[in-house]
Amino acid sequence: MITTWGARRKARIDGLAAGRSLTAEAFARLRRNPVAITGAVIVGVFLVVAALAPLIAPHGATDVFPELQRELRPGHIPGPQPGFPLGSDDLARDFYSRMILGAQQTLAVGVVATLIGLVVGIVIGLLAGAFGGWVDTVLMRVTDVLLAIPSLLLAISVAALAPSPSQTTIIIAVAIVNVPIFARLLRGTMLAQRESDHVVAVTALGVRRRAVVLRHMLPNAIGVVIVQATLTLATSILDAAALSFLGLGDADPARAEWGLMLARAQPYLEFRPGLAFWPAIAIIIVALGFTLLGESLREALDPKGRR
Amino acid sequence: MLRFVLRRLLQVIPTLLLLSILVFVWLRNLPGGPATAFLGDRATPERVADLNRVLGLDQPIPVQYVKFLGRAVTGNFGTSTITGQDVLDEIGRALPATIELSMAALGIAIVLGIPLGYLAARQHGRPLDVSTVIGTLVGVAVPVFFLGYLLKAMFAVQLGWFPPSGRQSVTIDATSVTGFAVLDGILTREWDASMDALVHLVLPAVALATIPLAVIVRITRASVLDVVGADFVRTANSKGLTPGTVRNRHVLRNALLPVSTTIGLQIGLLLAGAVLTERVFVWGGVGTLLADAITQRDYPRLQAVLLLGALVFVLVNLLVDLSYAIIDPRVRLS
Repeated sequence: MITTWGARRKARIDGLAAGRSLTAEAFARLRRNPVAITGAVIVGVFLVVAALAPLIAPHGATDVFPELQRELRPGHIPGPQPGFPLGSDDLARDFYSRMILGAQQTLAVGVVATLIGLVVGIVIGLLAGAFGGWVDTVLMRVTDVLLAIPSLLLAISVAALAPSPSQTTIIIAVAIVNVPIFARLLRGTMLAQRESDHVVAVTALGVRRRAVVLRHMLPNAIGVVIVQATLTLATSILDAAALSFLGLGDADPARAEWGLMLARAQPYLEFRPGLAFWPAIAIIIVALGFTLLGESLREALDPKGRR
Repeated sequence: MLRFVLRRLLQVIPTLLLLSILVFVWLRNLPGGPATAFLGDRATPERVADLNRVLGLDQPIPVQYVKFLGRAVTGNFGTSTITGQDVLDEIGRALPATIELSMAALGIAIVLGIPLGYLAARQHGRPLDVSTVIGTLVGVAVPVFFLGYLLKAMFAVQLGWFPPSGRQSVTIDATSVTGFAVLDGILTREWDASMDALVHLVLPAVALATIPLAVIVRITRASVLDVVGADFVRTANSKGLTPGTVRNRHVLRNALLPVSTTIGLQIGLLLAGAVLTERVFVWGGVGTLLADAITQRDYPRLQAVLLLGALVFVLVNLLVDLSYAIIDPRVRLS
């Protein structure tokens, strides 16, 4: 352990001598880490499939096929067959196409929920961290209260408040859960910087507070936030699936989103488990991909990076 | 010590007050209040207004809130709009089921998690360690309810080893003493009832245990790794202490400190996970109460479950902080 630590430090100093920044060095470390590469490949494939979904998918999400419909009866949904690699869903649509198109919808849910949480969290964290004093006290009290409720319970109660179940409700509910996480994180890194030399220096130079916060403090905090966002993408997709499962998701059967597809597969588990299996596996792999990538990013950016 | 406890308890109060305001105001601003939920969408406006008057929902929100708070402090959370029963009674009846499930899950997670995390740390970088770390990452990525269905399909439907749902078989005539089915069987010496309840408990507890298990393994592993590199462990080893003594008195005692915090935090997650697991296994605990309250907009029940859930969460974390002083004499509470 001592030896690897020593070697790392040596590499780090060499890197500095060669003029490489902490970020460049972290990137170099990431490229040698099989966990990071696995995560990046999963995420990369997912992003490509999501982006090109309409081109890759052989059929539309709502196309109904008479040849599948003929075989459809209570207690039987046609399985895989030529032309339909994953078989039919409960409404005689091509399940394979819906899985591919689902990548796009699922990514959208995760990204939007994370982005909303991120932006609101950053604003709150910035205000609290930059001003301190009573602004900080009030904002952090509120985030503490939100953190005092287990996240899924909070998401459930927010989603339950909507007049009718919908995808938007789920996204907002998951986003609200994400807000306090980002706010706390950013505030912490801002507070840690307030007394640090570079901030004291620019303040002494007479730089205005807004510029100090936005141009000197925020850029130093953004790395941690990006790491957290990668991990939050995974939990957002999982939480959204859980909310769909509880019946808080979109009632519209046309929408192809993995969480919803998994939730809608419940009545058919006995005779057509594939309808639940594929979306579940897809969710697990994607959540795993974002987690692997996020964890290794965190490790790489941690200057103490020993494990 | 006493002053620390008192101060921490006082800090809990503003948190709960703020939470109660959030929950309260939030729930009142919904379209389609409880009266509509109770009477159906086609109820005439007059009937809705009548019921709102009876329920006190026509008064200004601050007035409603103060009244609600006054009652809540005395343990009166009102009656459920679904069943018409006292909410606190309902929760009290459902609580043993949820506690039994959560404790079984937490027990599995602790009993497997700490040794596994310790072994992984001692085998740092070897296959056991790598596969454990990968296992924990996968464990967190699997949706709890999907795992529940998977376990059910495999071990209940296919293999028939465990019952697929419920807490007890209908054929068993068990006497209820405490509401904890396994414990009741032991107390009344109805061994078959106890076994029956235990068999019902296995699958839901395993499903619920995965995430806390993964988290406990990871934290134990990380913190053992931290401690084994410390100077005092080297000293203990070079003094010639037996490996067992070093492990138990030096490594584990220090490494378990962060683990105990994590275990405290897991209790909140178990409550949330129970909502999903209870649904898959038709368990009938507090999670079921909450799920029904959501779909039917049962405000009194929703408020009570959320507030009591947060209260439990906060108090458990206080207990965890206090237990620090026992595990680690270096921690002085002040």
